[in-house]
Amino acid sequence: MKLIDALDRPSQDPLASGEAAHGVVRSDAVAVNNAQQRELYEKRQQIYPKAVRGVWRRTKWAIVALLLGIYYLVPFLRWDRPGAAPDQFLLVDFSGRRFYFGPIEIWPQELYYVTGLLILGAIGLFLASALFGRVWCGYACPQTVWTDLFIAVEHWFEGDRNQRIRLDKQAWDFNKAWRKTGKHVAWLIISLATGGWFVAYFHDAPTLFAGFFTLQAPMSAYVFAGLLTATTYVFAGTLREQVCTYMCPWPRIQAAMLDQEALSVTYRYDRGEPRGPHKKNDTWDGRGDCIDCRQCVAACPAGIDIRDGLQIECINCALCIDACDEIMVKIDRPRGLIAYDTIQNIERREAGEKSSYRFIRGRTLFYAVLFVGIGGLMLGGLFMRTTLDVNVQRDRAPLFVPLSTGQVRNAYTVKVLNKADHARDVRIRIKGVKGGHLLANELPVVDNSVVLTAGPDRVAQVRLFVVADPEHLNHRSVPVMIEVTSPNDGEVARSKSVFIRGEQSEERDDDD
Amino acid sequence: MSDKKPKDDISGVETTGHSWDGITELNNPLPRWWVLTFYACIAWAVVYWVAMPAWPTISGHTKGLLGMSDRRQVDLEVAELVSSRAPQFAQLHATPIEMVSKNKELFQFAQESGRVAFAQNCSTCHGAGGQGAKGFPSLVDDVWLWDGSIQGIRSTLQTGIRTDHPEARFSQMPAFGRDKLLEPQQIADVAQYVLTLSRQPADARAAARGAEIFAANCVACHGAEGKGDQTQGAPNLTDREWLYGGTLQDITTQINLGRGGVMPTMSQRLDPATLDALAVYVHSLGGGT
Repeated sequence: MKLIDALDRPSQDPLASGEAAHGVVRSDAVAVNNAQQRELYEKRQQIYPKAVRGVWRRTKWAIVALLLGIYYLVPFLRWDRPGAAPDQFLLVDFSGRRFYFGPIEIWPQELYYVTGLLILGAIGLFLASALFGRVWCGYACPQTVWTDLFIAVEHWFEGDRNQRIRLDKQAWDFNKAWRKTGKHVAWLIISLATGGWFVAYFHDAPTLFAGFFTLQAPMSAYVFAGLLTATTYVFAGTLREQVCTYMCPWPRIQAAMLDQEALSVTYRYDRGEPRGPHKKNDTWDGRGDCIDCRQCVAACPAGIDIRDGLQIECINCALCIDACDEIMVKIDRPRGLIAYDTIQNIERREAGEKSSYRFIRGRTLFYAVLFVGIGGLMLGGLFMRTTLDVNVQRDRAPLFVPLSTGQVRNAYTVKVLNKADHARDVRIRIKGVKGGHLLANELPVVDNSVVLTAGPDRVAQVRLFVVADPEHLNHRSVPVMIEVTSPNDGEVARSKSVFIRGEQSEERDDDD
Repeated sequence: MSDKKPKDDISGVETTGHSWDGITELNNPLPRWWVLTFYACIAWAVVYWVAMPAWPTISGHTKGLLGMSDRRQVDLEVAELVSSRAPQFAQLHATPIEMVSKNKELFQFAQESGRVAFAQNCSTCHGAGGQGAKGFPSLVDDVWLWDGSIQGIRSTLQTGIRTDHPEARFSQMPAFGRDKLLEPQQIADVAQYVLTLSRQPADARAAARGAEIFAANCVACHGAEGKGDQTQGAPNLTDREWLYGGTLQDITTQINLGRGGVMPTMSQRLDPATLDALAVYVHSLGGGT
């Protein structure tokens, strides 16, 4: 180890202390995940992100508050639904096999809407990436949101970066014990609130919470609450940037999504280099604006040095921008040495051109059109969704029943899906069999059709028979259409099947 | 243990002290998470031995403190299921069987439980959908050897056919050939006549001879017109449905052997409510009259 250290690693920073510029202390932060510095089999080194202030930090807090607010509020929103349907605004009802979202109610057969949502989510992510790089990672990803929250808790109990480092190094005493205990207890409470709330999306939330603490809730609720409590605690508390770097596939996909014109958190090396400490009253001519104070490194929750360029570990959280801007103000240089910028712009500036941002490009247009198109299709599908559907299962054993009269009978189990919130009488016809007549066990047949009552939001089932004279049928198998109509509102649902005549003694098949 | 463990000069890693041909083996430790998992597994195994059935003994095995047994678990679950369905079965049994279809929910219940009972007890002979096979009657068509009403089906289930149950349905066609009741030529003739009953092409002169033999030997059960008699389980010979086949050879064989199958007394193996459910289900297959 020592040998390798001595050969390959840059020394552990002899310049650690001192001033980077007048009034700006150089941080001793080391970018532990820096590509040149990190060994493949090295143990993870704890990262102590320094708290920063600035416009991006404030934006992030606002977004954290918004997202957590949505997360905690939504299960308690109510939505009045008629009948026995649950009154929760958003509910994934596994036991009832329904998905409720406001006025929308989806049956398991219509899961394609959820697939559509996932496709929209993916394309939305592509579009956002093509425009603004990893905004999802930096602001909206639950891993980022909860890690932010956990680091804030840590900060509150243990202080800022340097205090935390000192606390970790020092021997155990009462001060260290209560700070550590307090932090972990707070983390566990937040984790439990996170895991517990997730379960509320799958049950009637008020009932669930009332029952949760009196051990009345279903077993699955405890299992999933426990599971998500554990993942929240481990992911946001201890794993942190490792989730993004090693577990999440998105940074890899991101590499394909990002292009020259996409915004990402960028160190403008064209302006910053050559870097170096700056003494008071020295000229800024002939040198870069970067005073190598390493505040960007100290602030980084991923443990990298943004000045090394685009890196897979960087979640674009923009905290280094705030850290750098604060220093730039102090040393009276323009802000934005680290900023949201594009690769193309750096090249433009190096070529002596002006920066420009091209948000409308082939790629972004394509994603946008795709997004709008699929979204439109889904909306259209949702508006044209009928509340009536029919599934037909044809008897296969036996395929057909020859009767003593020489006629042939086929049997069909017809399931009528009434997705409306009220009971409906529907008329069922089986069309396409010449001379065929309909029979049913428990329903009277009127006008070669039966009327079935389907309860609100229920499936009604009936077994129907069609008897026909094979003499009238030219083919072994005749296509039939099962037609279900709701006379009161005119909705119609159809399903295809066949009537099988069977082989006749005098062979006259021409289709097989 | 001595404090001085031999160390490798180059890597600084502790060695095992083993050396072969001048090559010493490094003692790189396993990852700590691996070792901890390993110890946890050992601890878990000990807990498991105590809590769960684990060790074989000469005459059985240790039962474990939790007394866990898959077999008992299944019994408990079955018992729970049976008791949860008991009220519906009770209601089914209390309802006159021909009235079951009037109660939508009860009818549904009877059909579903009948379907399961059918698959377990009946489908071996009668086929998965009740379509039957040669020698095993179809339950889905409109031809019934015995009573095809729902009460009739229930009664057949109760007693069985050709069993030793005192009220069993019983019919026996004589084995005219095997028992030498008729000459082979006579059997050939009557077979030709039977073909004409179902309007199949036949040798007219042989059929005419066979008609007399039929009148003397067969009408008692099958009737003068060969239409059979449901009260004694005699099949109709004029329709297109044949239990043992309708070709000349099939008919001849049947006259020779007088075969007849046995249906078990289902009441000996199933409870009355399940028989009710079975009757409802079989009746609803489409053939019930």
